Amino acid sequence: MATVFIPALLRDLCGGRETVSVAGATVREIVDRLEAQFPGIKDRLCQDDELRASIAVAVGAEVSRQGLSAAVAADSEVHFVPAISGGNLGHVCN
Amino acid sequence: MAQVFQVIGTRPIRHDGLDKVTGRAQYGADIQLSGMLHGRVLRSSHAHARIKSIDASAALKVPGVEAVATAADLPESGDRIAHLGEGAVNLRHLSSNCLARGKVHYKGQAVAALAATNPHIAEEALALIKVDYEPLPPVMDVREAMKDSAPKLHADVFTEEMGQLKKDKPSNVAKHFQFKLGDVHKGFAQAAVTVEREFHTATVHQGYIEPHNATAMFNPDGNVTIWCSTQGAFTVRAQVSELLQIPVSRIKVVPLEIGGGFGGKIRVYLEPVAAVLSKKTGKPVKILMDRAAVFEGTGPTPGSYIRVKLGADKTGKLVAGEAYLAYEAGAFPGSPIGPGAMCIFACYDIPNVLIDGFDVCVNKPATAAYRAPGATNAAFASETVVDEICRQLKIDPLEFRLKNGAKEGTRRADGPIYPRIGMIETVEAAKKHPHYVAPLAPGSSPFPRGRGVASGFWFNIGLKSSVTASVNNDGTVSLVEGSTDIGGTRVSVAMQLAEALGIRAEDVRPVVADTDSVGYTDVTGGSRVTYATGWAAYEAAQDIKWQMLEKAAQLWKTDLDNVVYDKGVIRAKDDPAKKITFKELAEKIQHKGGIVVGRATVDPPWPGGAFATHIVDVEVDPDTGKVSILRYTAVQDCGKAIHPSYVEGQIQGGAVQGIGWALNEEYAYNAKGEMTNASFLDYRMPTSLDLPMIDAVIVEVPDPKHPYGVRGVGEVPIVPPPAAIANAIYAAVGVRMNELPMSPGRVVKALAAKK
Repeated sequence: MATVFIPALLRDLCGGRETVSVAGATVREIVDRLEAQFPGIKDRLCQDDELRASIAVAVGAEVSRQGLSAAVAADSEVHFVPAISGGNLGHVCN
Repeated sequence: MAQVFQVIGTRPIRHDGLDKVTGRAQYGADIQLSGMLHGRVLRSSHAHARIKSIDASAALKVPGVEAVATAADLPESGDRIAHLGEGAVNLRHLSSNCLARGKVHYKGQAVAALAATNPHIAEEALALIKVDYEPLPPVMDVREAMKDSAPKLHADVFTEEMGQLKKDKPSNVAKHFQFKLGDVHKGFAQAAVTVEREFHTATVHQGYIEPHNATAMFNPDGNVTIWCSTQGAFTVRAQVSELLQIPVSRIKVVPLEIGGGFGGKIRVYLEPVAAVLSKKTGKPVKILMDRAAVFEGTGPTPGSYIRVKLGADKTGKLVAGEAYLAYEAGAFPGSPIGPGAMCIFACYDIPNVLIDGFDVCVNKPATAAYRAPGATNAAFASETVVDEICRQLKIDPLEFRLKNGAKEGTRRADGPIYPRIGMIETVEAAKKHPHYVAPLAPGSSPFPRGRGVASGFWFNIGLKSSVTASVNNDGTVSLVEGSTDIGGTRVSVAMQLAEALGIRAEDVRPVVADTDSVGYTDVTGGSRVTYATGWAAYEAAQDIKWQMLEKAAQLWKTDLDNVVYDKGVIRAKDDPAKKITFKELAEKIQHKGGIVVGRATVDPPWPGGAFATHIVDVEVDPDTGKVSILRYTAVQDCGKAIHPSYVEGQIQGGAVQGIGWALNEEYAYNAKGEMTNASFLDYRMPTSLDLPMIDAVIVEVPDPKHPYGVRGVGEVPIVPPPAAIANAIYAAVGVRMNELPMSPGRVVKALAAKK
C-alpha cells in the first residue's frame, strides 16, 4: 500500500494523522479511497475531477504532471504540495 | 563510471553570437510592417480606485487616431482557472491586469489603449482620454494588508486554506497553507540554542534590459499573428486564446530575440491589447513599453515579512525549525509563497518543522516570477539565523552545513525525500576554495571587513519540450526548437544533439521557431531548457541515428542488426572496411532520395534540484553605511555543465542580481502608493563598476535521470547572496541586518542603534 502524507491543514479531517496507508494504482484511486475513509478530503484536494490548480502531487520524490492519473506503486509515498511551475504562472492561481 | 564527452564540456562560440554583437539580431522593437499603427497604453494614476467612467471621445477625434480599447473590448473571462500548460491562471485577474475592469489595484495598471498612425500622435491623444476615478485608500505593506481593518482590494477574494474558502468575509489574505514535519515543540525542547528573528524584504524588479513589446496583426479571416519578447511563445498563445476567446489554431506567436526575462516575460501584458487594437483597425499594431511602464506596470517579485526560529543541540545539530512567511502578491492573488515556504529550510535536514505561508494582496503590481521565485526572500531569513546559531555555538558555518546539510534521503519539510543532490558537495568545494582558506586580508582603508557564507536551494523543473532536427546533405543538422533563448540555450541544446550524433556543435544550426513551426514547448523558465529541451535534442538524435543506420544498411545491402553507430561513424560489424562518416552518409542519402528528420517531444521527470553555497568578503564604511563587495565566490552544483562558459555566466548573473537585492534595489513608494523611483537612475541595479569578478565554481553531481546528467543552473545563484552579505556585514561591524536592501541608510541606522 502507498503511504499518503496528509497535508497539515487537512489532518483535522483524518483524526490528526500525518500519514495514511492506502491501496491504489493511481492518485485518483488513492484520493477516492481517502474520501471513503475521510469524507470531505476529496473536495479539499480536487475540483472538477482534477487536482486543484494550486495543488500538485508528488509520487516519491518526483512531482508528477499527470495529476490524478499519476501511477502509484505499492510502496510509494504520495505528497500533495503547492503547485510550482516554470515561470510560476502557477502561483497566479487562486 | 563517468561519461566521456567529445562536445559537452567544451566552449564553442554560440550560434547567435555574431548577430547579437553586430546588432543584427531582431528584437520586438525592430518589427516594421506595412501600414503599421503605434499603440500606447494609458495607466492608472491611482494605486487603488474605482473606475466610474472612461471617455475616449476627445482622443478619437485626434487626426491619426484609429481606435481605442478598454476592458469592454475584452470578453468577460469569468472567474475561471485556465491551465496554460505550465501552470494555471485566474483569467479574470489576468484580463484585468491587461486592461482594468471596474477598479484599478495599483498605480501603473493599464486602463485603456489606443492606436495611431505614429507614436507622437498616440502619446498626445492618450492624454485626452478622461478617466473618472473614485480614489480608494491603498494598502502597501503585507502586514498592514493582513489586518481586518485594512482596505480590501477585492470583494470576491477569500482566504483559501487547502481547498476550503473562508467565505465569511473578503480578505487580502488569498491563501494560507502549512507544512508540518515531526513535532516542533518537542524539537525546540531539545535545543541548546534557539534563535528567532524577523525579516523584511523589499519589492524588486527583474530589471531586464529590453522593455516589453508586442506587435499584432489580425487578419480578416480571423487569424492573428503576434510578434513579441517572451519566455514562452506557446504560453502567450494560450493566454491570448483564453483572454480573447480565439482558438489556439488561429494564433501564431513569433518569439523574437529576448533582452532578458528572468521570469518576468511569461505573463502577457501587451499582446492581447495589440491584438484587440489590430482587430478594430484592420492594421498591424505595435506597442512598446518605456522603462517607467515596465517598473510600474509589470510584475516585480514580492516584498515579504518572514519570521524564522531555529534550534540546535549543543553538538550543532539542528533539531527544530519554525517559519512564518507572508508574501505580497501585489494586485491579484499569486505570490510565490508556495515555493518560498518549500525552500526556506530546504538546504537542511531538520526533523521537526512547522511552516506557515500566506499569500497577501497589496496595491502594488501583480507579482511575477523572478529567478527562483520566493526562494531568495526565504533564504535571507533562514541563512541569517543559521549564521547566528553558528556564532553562538562557535562552529564554522561550513562545518555546520556539512553536519546539517540535506543529502539523498533527507525529507524536505513539505514531504518529499530528496533523490541524489549536491548540497554537501557545494559546501565541501567552498570549504576547500582558496577564498575560504585564505584569511580575510586587511585593506589599505581603515574600514572594517567581514566574511559571510550562505547556501541556497531551488527546485528546477522538467515540463514539455519539442524539437525537430533535419539532416542536411553537407552533414550539418538544422535544429528547430521552441524554447526562446535567454541565456545561451541554443548552443547548450545544440551541443547535446551534437554529442549524441558524434558531430561538431558548429555543425548544428539551431533555430527558435514560432508556434506554427515546432511542437508544443513550455516556457523558458525553471532552469529547464538545457535540461528538458536538451533531453529532447538527445532523443531526436537517437531518432536520427536509427534512420541513418537504416540508410547505411540499405546502402550496404545488409541487415540493420549488422550496422552500428559509433561517435559519428557508421560501421558494418562483419566488415571493418565498411564504414562511413555521418557527413559522408548525409551527402550520399540525399542523392538517393533519402531524407532524415529526427524529432522528439519530452515531458521528463523533474531534476533533483540545485544547490549553491556562496562566500563573500565585504568592507563597510561606518560613516556612510556603504557596503563594498571585495571578493565573491559562488559554488554551485550544476549536474553536468554542458557549456561551462554559459554556466559560469548564469552563476555570475544570478549572484549579481542577488547582490542588487542585498544592497540597492527596492521599489520606493510614497504615502499615495506611487512608485517614486521608476527609472534606472533611481532604481539602482549593480553594474560591473560596482563589483569584483564573481568567481563561479562549478561542482558536478550528475542528475542520474538525465542522459547527460544535467540539472539546470539559471535560478539558484540568486538565492544565497543577500544572506551571505548580511552575514559578512555582521562579521565586519557586528550588526545583524534584517531588512533588504541593506542600503547605506539602513546600515548607518543599524550601527547607530548598536551604539
